[in-house]
Amino acid sequence: MDEMLLEINHLKSYFFTRKGVSPAVDDVSIRVPKGKIVGIVGESGCGKSMTAKSIMDLLKYPGRVVDGEILLEGRDLAKLSAREKRKVRGEDVSMIFQEPMTSLNPVVKVGKQVREAILIHQKISKEEAKKRVLEVFQQVGISEPEKRYECYPHELSGGLRQRVMIAMAMVCRPKLMIADEPTTALDVTIEAQILKLIKQLCDTTGMSCLLISHNLGVIAQMCDYVYVMYAGKIVEQGDVFTLFDHPTHPYTKGLLASIIHLDQLTDRLSTIPGVVPNLMHLPAGCAFCGRCSEAKEVCKTKKPELYDLGGGHAVRCFLTGEGKVSNE
Amino acid sequence: MKREVNTEAAAEQEALAAQLGESDTFLDKMKRMAANNKLAVFSAILILLFLILAVLAPVITPYSFDEQDLLARLAAPSAKHLLGTDELGRDVFTRLLYGARVSMAVGIIPTVVSMLIGVMLGMVSGYVGGLVDSVIMRLADVVLSFPSLLLAMVIMYTLGDGITSIFIALAVTNWASVARVVRSETLSLREAEYVEAARSMGVKDFVIIMRHILPNCIPSLIVMFTLNVPSAILSESSLSFLGIGVQLPNSSWGLMVNMGRTYLYNAPWISLAPSAAIMLVVLAFNFLGDGLRDVLDPHLKNS
Amino acid sequence: MLKNIGRRVLQTLIVLFCVSLAIFVLLHIVPGDAISTMMGEHAKAETIERLTKEMNLDKPFYIQFLYYIKDICTGNFGTSYKLNKPVTELLAVAFPNTVILAVMAAVFAWVLGIVCGIIAAVKKDGILDRLFMGFSLLGVSIPVFMVAMLLQYFIAYKLKWVDISGVKNWTGFILPAIALGWNSAGSIARLTRSTLVEVLQEDYIDTAKAKGLGRAAVILLHALRNAMLPVITMMAIQISSLLSGAVITETIFSINGIGRLAVDAISSRDIPLLQGTVLFTTVLVILGNLIADCLYSVLDPRIRKGA
Repeated sequence: MDEMLLEINHLKSYFFTRKGVSPAVDDVSIRVPKGKIVGIVGESGCGKSMTAKSIMDLLKYPGRVVDGEILLEGRDLAKLSAREKRKVRGEDVSMIFQEPMTSLNPVVKVGKQVREAILIHQKISKEEAKKRVLEVFQQVGISEPEKRYECYPHELSGGLRQRVMIAMAMVCRPKLMIADEPTTALDVTIEAQILKLIKQLCDTTGMSCLLISHNLGVIAQMCDYVYVMYAGKIVEQGDVFTLFDHPTHPYTKGLLASIIHLDQLTDRLSTIPGVVPNLMHLPAGCAFCGRCSEAKEVCKTKKPELYDLGGGHAVRCFLTGEGKVSNE
Repeated sequence: MKREVNTEAAAEQEALAAQLGESDTFLDKMKRMAANNKLAVFSAILILLFLILAVLAPVITPYSFDEQDLLARLAAPSAKHLLGTDELGRDVFTRLLYGARVSMAVGIIPTVVSMLIGVMLGMVSGYVGGLVDSVIMRLADVVLSFPSLLLAMVIMYTLGDGITSIFIALAVTNWASVARVVRSETLSLREAEYVEAARSMGVKDFVIIMRHILPNCIPSLIVMFTLNVPSAILSESSLSFLGIGVQLPNSSWGLMVNMGRTYLYNAPWISLAPSAAIMLVVLAFNFLGDGLRDVLDPHLKNS
Repeated sequence: MLKNIGRRVLQTLIVLFCVSLAIFVLLHIVPGDAISTMMGEHAKAETIERLTKEMNLDKPFYIQFLYYIKDICTGNFGTSYKLNKPVTELLAVAFPNTVILAVMAAVFAWVLGIVCGIIAAVKKDGILDRLFMGFSLLGVSIPVFMVAMLLQYFIAYKLKWVDISGVKNWTGFILPAIALGWNSAGSIARLTRSTLVEVLQEDYIDTAKAKGLGRAAVILLHALRNAMLPVITMMAIQISSLLSGAVITETIFSINGIGRLAVDAISSRDIPLLQGTVLFTTVLVILGNLIADCLYSVLDPRIRKGA
């Protein structure tokens, strides 16, 4: 068993609105081993980003963590003081965001923004910090680092900006990098470059990465271990080979089926019918039941538990595992 | 997280729309404002009340606006004189109601005129572009370069005192900011796909403006109107306060404040009653304008 | 960037020219003979004739305008008829008073407005937010003369904290400056709050927090600079409204400033003086806007390089 860097146990993060409580992250447990890339996959609005922001303590009002613990090397982040939390952010855990266009402050030079990340955590001179920034720029594949250092965000392309974001995340040599849909806003060619860069950085520095994506292709390429989220819950988890070779939850199967395989000749694209249900009005039974082609009576009335299938593979479905419901 | 919030907001919006019927019409928006913003509703009622009082002033008031009671000069508020009397024994409450007529007229008439001018020039400027645009916008720049009160003062000097002069002075000073906003809206609407489509089908420019561009400007025009009325009321009261607006024996809130200023320390009601009236009306229009903006035109927030 | 500034300066010059033309036209189409309006009904015929010649009123309209342009370019604003002194001299006496008043009012309004706006935005929906926003709407709605008179009545008359009798040194400017700045403080507070609330939702604020910056540092180093951009535009607009309000404040507090000169000029139908005061104030507004534009482009790199 690998040594765990991050352990999230029974995390619950809810939105409290005037209309009611929306359980965006509901009883989620995730483990990230040292040096591995762990993926979270799911449709828009399933709670992936909320999970990531809960770790970074970036939830905005009216959202907040209501229960559960987040352990980084055994330390519960929720129990830290504000000062210690800030020290964890940026130095131990860093984050890159979906939109490189809006994630950088438009009125500050990118070099200064990256340099700031070092100066917050390390007592070194501005010149030394700049030198370090230029090294990291080189490391993340930014050509002409001296020139880029003086640029404003709007003068850089999307790909370059995301490299700057990665540089910012890397510059304090964190133990964990959270990448929230890091390539969604980029062209396919740039996407491949950025993903390659992240993987290479993890391999060379021993950093762990929590990669969030809606794209199973990206997850398959990058991750060692995968969590599939649906409507705020983990519905299936397992190492990448098990999950892709033996998808068990109907939702995972649906996601896999909807990937376009160019090598297979099919007439139509496979899709999962319907949309993610409103979290405030979840059905009494399984949240996926309304869209599931294999739904049984029990699925409508009882909520399934996460059943361990062995070897780290687990699934939240009545049709498999211990609670298997026979096909009538 | 942003996305979750958005889907949630969208869901909320959907639920609301479903509750209110298929589409979100103007009436629906008004209903929504009425339901969520009590202050705006209260303000609307207050404005209506002032309008009624202004219209019915001769009926309601027990005195005439220039009736003097030299035996009861500078009398404090009492049952006989609700808000006291001024230095010539004129009833302050009566003059206040007559002043409301001036304020309401000055709030509405020049604002309507300046908005008509502003909308016309703004649309032409934005739609035609080129030299016409430059000329109109430089003209607006010139108007906006003057401190508005000084420009109004100069115009009053040229035209002479009187209510018509005030109307003209305020219309001339206020059209430019309207024109600027309408121009920028027209510019963005002109690039909209449905306008491009209409133009590619050979629809006449005038028809495009009237059918596609003007209706889309209306929400922000309503908001602008509600916010321009109080500023016109303030301008008139400033002019009359300086003695360059409405003249005695007629009544105007600004004029009353000015006349009462000499007696501020022994008869503060003469000045403070009309001041408070101005503040109430302006506050009501501002609250209503804010409320309308929230439901009609959330993008206009910063202007 | 230089090209931009050059174009902006040229634009300013055109506006300046149009402004002086507008003032000239407005003041010279007054119905009736300007001289007899000025002199009253009992003026002697030869005086009228002399003055008409002196002021070039016998020449065609466009010639008069050229004379006028030549005069203002050489700093000659004519002689005040009523006070019988060069307008330039009168302006030189009044100018410092108006500037002190306006600057004090602006500092009061902008500091108070920005601080209240920041607090309201950070404590959004809290008690302080509601309190400040209520006050700011009151601030926007209350007429300048009402604030001035309330201050006079309560602070100077009832509490006797300051002398009512008038302005002797800079402390005499405190009440007038508060009266004048009150409106502007309200609108700046509201704008600061709304833009800061918007900016605090931006992704780059999350980035800054994720770096490990504290709350105060995030607001001061990242949010505020972006939120200030629309506020600067508003400040530029307020230069004009502050000078408008100065006319009233100076009248109420008997300050010998440019605004009161203008009011006096109107009541005594003193055309050269009115012309001088209006032109001078307008130039102040235009220069203020030019400075605000430059400041804006320093703070926003997207404008600096762009069109």
